[in-house]
Amino acid sequence: MNLETMIFYFFAAILLFAAARVVTARNPVHSALFLVLAFFTAAALWVTLEAEFLAITLVLVYVGAVMVLFLFVVMMLDINYDLLREGFWSNFPLALTVAVLMAAEMTLVLAGRNFWANGNGGAPNVHGPGYSNIKELGRQIYTEYVYPFEIASIILLVAIVAAIALTLRHRKDTKYQDPAAQIAVRRNDRLRIIPVQPDNKLRPQAADATPSAEQQS
Amino acid sequence: MEFFQSLLGPFWPVVWTLVKIVAIVAPLLLGVAYVTYAERKVIGYMQVRIGPNRVGPLGLLQPIADGLKLMMKEIIIPSGANKKLFLLAPVLCMAPALIAWAVIPFTPELVLANIDASLLFIMAITSMGVYGVVLAGWASNSKYPFLGAMRSAAQIVSYEIAMGFALVGVLMAAQSLNLVEIVKAQQGASFFSWYWLPLFPLFLVYMISSVAEINRAPFDVAEGESEIVGFHAEYSGMAFAVFFLAEYANMILVATLSSLLFLGGWLPLFDFAPFTWIPGFFWLIAKICFVLFLFLWFRATFPRYRYDQIMRLGWKVFIPVTLVWLLFIGGMMQTPLGYLFH
Repeated sequence: MNLETMIFYFFAAILLFAAARVVTARNPVHSALFLVLAFFTAAALWVTLEAEFLAITLVLVYVGAVMVLFLFVVMMLDINYDLLREGFWSNFPLALTVAVLMAAEMTLVLAGRNFWANGNGGAPNVHGPGYSNIKELGRQIYTEYVYPFEIASIILLVAIVAAIALTLRHRKDTKYQDPAAQIAVRRNDRLRIIPVQPDNKLRPQAADATPSAEQQS
Repeated sequence: MEFFQSLLGPFWPVVWTLVKIVAIVAPLLLGVAYVTYAERKVIGYMQVRIGPNRVGPLGLLQPIADGLKLMMKEIIIPSGANKKLFLLAPVLCMAPALIAWAVIPFTPELVLANIDASLLFIMAITSMGVYGVVLAGWASNSKYPFLGAMRSAAQIVSYEIAMGFALVGVLMAAQSLNLVEIVKAQQGASFFSWYWLPLFPLFLVYMISSVAEINRAPFDVAEGESEIVGFHAEYSGMAFAVFFLAEYANMILVATLSSLLFLGGWLPLFDFAPFTWIPGFFWLIAKICFVLFLFLWFRATFPRYRYDQIMRLGWKVFIPVTLVWLLFIGGMMQTPLGYLFH
């Protein structure tokens, strides 16, 4: 067993353990954290497959952004754990069917002839040290697959706009400041200088002349 | 060295890499300790005080005394806390700040792992630092740390976007994701060829958002020593200190990154005789120290931002500015003036 195989088994074991704990952990926050661990180890496995750009993107997007939001939501929910487990056995047959189907599909893909086509037994072609995964990916995306790529990005954009439009509610009672108005304020709007003679103490009517709280705001 | 190589056989690469890691992390941790000292001294002088001067000559042993004190203290774990995650959170805060150094080049040759996508790697690794903050707040099982965690996590996530866009500008100009290549692309006659000039708006955005990203003043709503209850309110002793060590390690990291990306890394100030005599490594260290000094200076100068203003600045000012400047760079590169942006 060489070093690469040892690394593979090391990460694969962690990945399987983490993935199993995602569904078996009692606490949803622990589940989310095990999912993070699963993503991270999957990224490590992708690196060993020479897909370093995809691996780093997986960490950047899923671990660094998506799962943080997930964790936010899970932490703020008040979840009754027993209620979550109630329907386990009634849903079990359906879940089992889906799982078996997915396992069968994966087997079909892995057993297919095209998967082993390069003759390396499923391992990727080994490239020299000067080979840039990212350049190759960029070239493919922006030449050969430019239309699917652009269509996908437009769909994502529409999804973002739709999500914002659905959740954006203008509240009447929100207090906020208009920075432009704050900056545009001049001295004369807020301040009044009252000459006070040193020999001649402030009279009651002079006190009335100081700007009231209403004018100041 | 050959002797060790034959002694350890197949384990030699592992051991050698570990030795190199220690050679990077040990000076880094020492640097972290002395940034705390520098901060107290610099801010002291800026406020017409002397700063620490009791422990050792000029107070130079102060960080060690502080470290010893914190290690002697008891780590109190609240009874309602989730013990494992409570102790894991400071580790998760500290680890990304150290892992990122794996790909930082000190000279064109001196780098632990000269990988192709090093800039992307750093962005991915530093984006994980937020887990420490979120978990610290949640595992404490107390509402104030939890609110503090929400506040600083939202801030970190927001400023990461502006920071990422600023880095996109750098890699567009350098046409590479490799940090060594990015520094080499800034080679020129003087400091005017470094990227701070052609990418000036991005440089500003990067500097300001990195201050916000590491929760430093004037964006330090995460801790704000005396006024605000932050995500680490339930921590004590060394567990609390690790959060602070992580903050200072992150400070050094972003200072190094801004020196590499915008201030020409190990390149000398001018490319002629007296300046080129100094080795590149010392130029890099000098630039890092300069940026760190700026961070300390900011803290002594600016009043703290209000939270809604922090969010407004990140989302409504920095992100549009970076997007417009990216479009501008992309457009200019297609014109005859494009050489200015390479």
